[in-house]
Amino acid sequence: MTATAEAAVYRLGEFHSFDARGERFLYLVPAGAIFQVDEAVGALIDCLSGSESPHDQLIENLISRGLEADDAKQFVTEMVHANVIVTGRNVPEPVQTPPADFPLQTLVLNLTNQCNLSCQYCYEFGADKVATPEGKPKFMDFETAKASVDFLLQQSAGRRSIHVTFFGGETLMNFPLLKQVVTYASQQAADNGRHIDFSLTTNATLLTPTIIEFLSANRIGVTVSMDGTKEMHDKLRVFANGRGSYDIIAPKVRELIQNHRTRPIAARVTLTSGVTDVVKIFRHLKQDLGFHEVGFAPVTTSPNQLYAINQTGMNGVLEQFHVLADEYLEFALRGEAHGFSNVSDTLAELCQGVNKSHPCGAGLGLLGVGPSGDIAPCHRFVDSDVHALGHISTGINREKQADFLKRGHIDSKYDCHTCWARPLCAGGCHHEAFVRYGDTGHPNLHYCDWIRDWTNTCLEIYGAIAARNPGFLEQFAERKASS
Amino acid sequence: MRHMRPLNKKAARIDNYVVSRTTDEDVVALQSPPAPQRPHVPMACSLMFTPGWEVDAAGGTAGLCQPVERDIYDCFVSCYWPAQVPDHLNNAPDWTSKCASATKDWRNLDLVFP
Repeated sequence: MTATAEAAVYRLGEFHSFDARGERFLYLVPAGAIFQVDEAVGALIDCLSGSESPHDQLIENLISRGLEADDAKQFVTEMVHANVIVTGRNVPEPVQTPPADFPLQTLVLNLTNQCNLSCQYCYEFGADKVATPEGKPKFMDFETAKASVDFLLQQSAGRRSIHVTFFGGETLMNFPLLKQVVTYASQQAADNGRHIDFSLTTNATLLTPTIIEFLSANRIGVTVSMDGTKEMHDKLRVFANGRGSYDIIAPKVRELIQNHRTRPIAARVTLTSGVTDVVKIFRHLKQDLGFHEVGFAPVTTSPNQLYAINQTGMNGVLEQFHVLADEYLEFALRGEAHGFSNVSDTLAELCQGVNKSHPCGAGLGLLGVGPSGDIAPCHRFVDSDVHALGHISTGINREKQADFLKRGHIDSKYDCHTCWARPLCAGGCHHEAFVRYGDTGHPNLHYCDWIRDWTNTCLEIYGAIAARNPGFLEQFAERKASS
Repeated sequence: MRHMRPLNKKAARIDNYVVSRTTDEDVVALQSPPAPQRPHVPMACSLMFTPGWEVDAAGGTAGLCQPVERDIYDCFVSCYWPAQVPDHLNNAPDWTSKCASATKDWRNLDLVFP
C-alpha cells in the first residue's frame, strides 16, 4: 500500500446489491458488471453503510469482522480499483459516446403505411400518432426499396452481418415488394461478401400457405402482433367495422408455426387497461398456439387514453411478470427454453454488461425508412415530418441525426444520473418519451419504479443461473451490435 | 480478486484490470512466469566487438572503461571458447595496435600463432 492509500477516506461506490438463491451479488454501476461476492464484501458494505471511514479504521474494522490483516489490506486495494469503494467525490465517468460514423446494422422498411385492421391503440393511426402521411405514397415502390438496400450496404461498411426488418402498416399488404427486396438484397449482400437476414412483423391476417412457404424458405423471422385469448385480442385488435380479428388469425398462426421451421416464431403482446392477465396470455400463446417466444410491452400512450394502464394495473402486470420470471428461472436451471422474451432480452444485455449511452439503436445502428423514402430514427417515427432524419435519395441529415442523438443521450437525462438501472434503461424509448412528454430526449419517468423492479428481477435470475447453471448463459455470449 | 467472482463479460474485464493493478505493486520478477527452456546459442565474441582481455594505458586494469570482470563474464557466459583472445599483456602486446575502434577496425584483429 502506498502512503496516499493510508491517508484515504473511503465511501461506498455506486452499485446495486441483490441476493438470489442464498448467494449475494453486486451490480456495479455504471460499468454494468455483475459479481458474486462473499461475506467479506458484505462486511465491507456494512462498515461503510451510511458513513465514511479512514483507511486504517476500515482495515481494523474488517479485521475485527474476521479478515486476516494482509487479506484486509489487499482486499481494500482491490475494492478501490473495482470502484466498489471510492475516495473523494463520486463523479460518474461520462458514458462513452458512439462515434459519429457509427455503422448501420439494421434498416426497418415500412413497406406500406396502410393497414387492414383498426386497432385503437396503434401508434401509427391512433390518437397519439406522430406520423403525418398526408400526401405521401401509401406503398413503397421497388426503386425506393432498392435504394434503401444499397444505402444499408453502403452505410454498414465493416459489419459482417446486416439485417432488414419489414414493417407497416400491415407488412403483408405489400408482399410482392417484400419478395423483390429479399431477392435483391440477398444477391447484393452475397456480392459484397456479407451476411444478411430478414424479419417482419405482421398482424397475421393475410398469411397464406404460399407466403408461409416463402418466409420459411428464406429464413425470415416472424413476429406476430397478438394480444392473447379471443376475448382479450378482440377488444382492440379489430377490423374497421369493429369485428375482432382473432378468428381470422388463429388458424393462420397455427399453420405458420407448424410450417415455418427455420426461425423461432414470436408473439408480441401489447398490454392495455383491460388486457393485463399476463400469465393467461402467455399460457394461451405459448401452449395453446405454440409460439416459441412471447414478449410483452405496455401500450405506448398519453396517460389520458382509456386503454392506458394505470399505476395499479401496472403493478398487477409486474406481479404476473414475476410469476413467469420464476418459471423462466426453473426452466433455465434445467437448461430448457421457457419462451418469455422479456427475460431473455434482458439476460442478453446483462451477459454483455452493457452500459448504454442511448436506450436503443434508433438513429445509430438502426434506421427506419417510410414508403416515401423518408429516413426516420426507427419504425415508430416513420412518416413523421418533424422527426425525419433525411431521405433515402439524399442520405442522412447529419445535423438532425446529431440533434436526435444528443437529446437521447444519457448525459442529458439528469434524472437518470442517480439511478442504478441506467446502464440498461438509459431513459427508455424515444418514441414513448415523445408521446408522454413531447420530447424524444425526456426520460420516461412514469415507469422508473417498474424498470428498477424488473431489472432487479432479471439480475436475480441472472445471478441464480450464473451460480447454478452457467452453461445456459452461453447462448447470450455473442453481442448483436458487434457482429 | 479474492472476494468477488466475475459473472459477466464486463465483470471479467474489471477483474483483469484489478488483478493487473494490484500485482504491479509486488515484486514482478518473482511473479513472472519462468521463461521457457531454450537451446543455448552462444553469442560469440565477433558479434559483440569486445576485444576481450584488456589492460589500461598503465598496463593494469584500474583504468579500463569496463571493469575487468566484464571480460571474464563475457568469456564465461556468452562464449563457448575458453579464451577467445590472445594474451594481450605478455605474448601479443601489439594485437590491437591496428584497431583503434573495435566496431570499425575489427577486421584488423588477426589470428595469433604462438
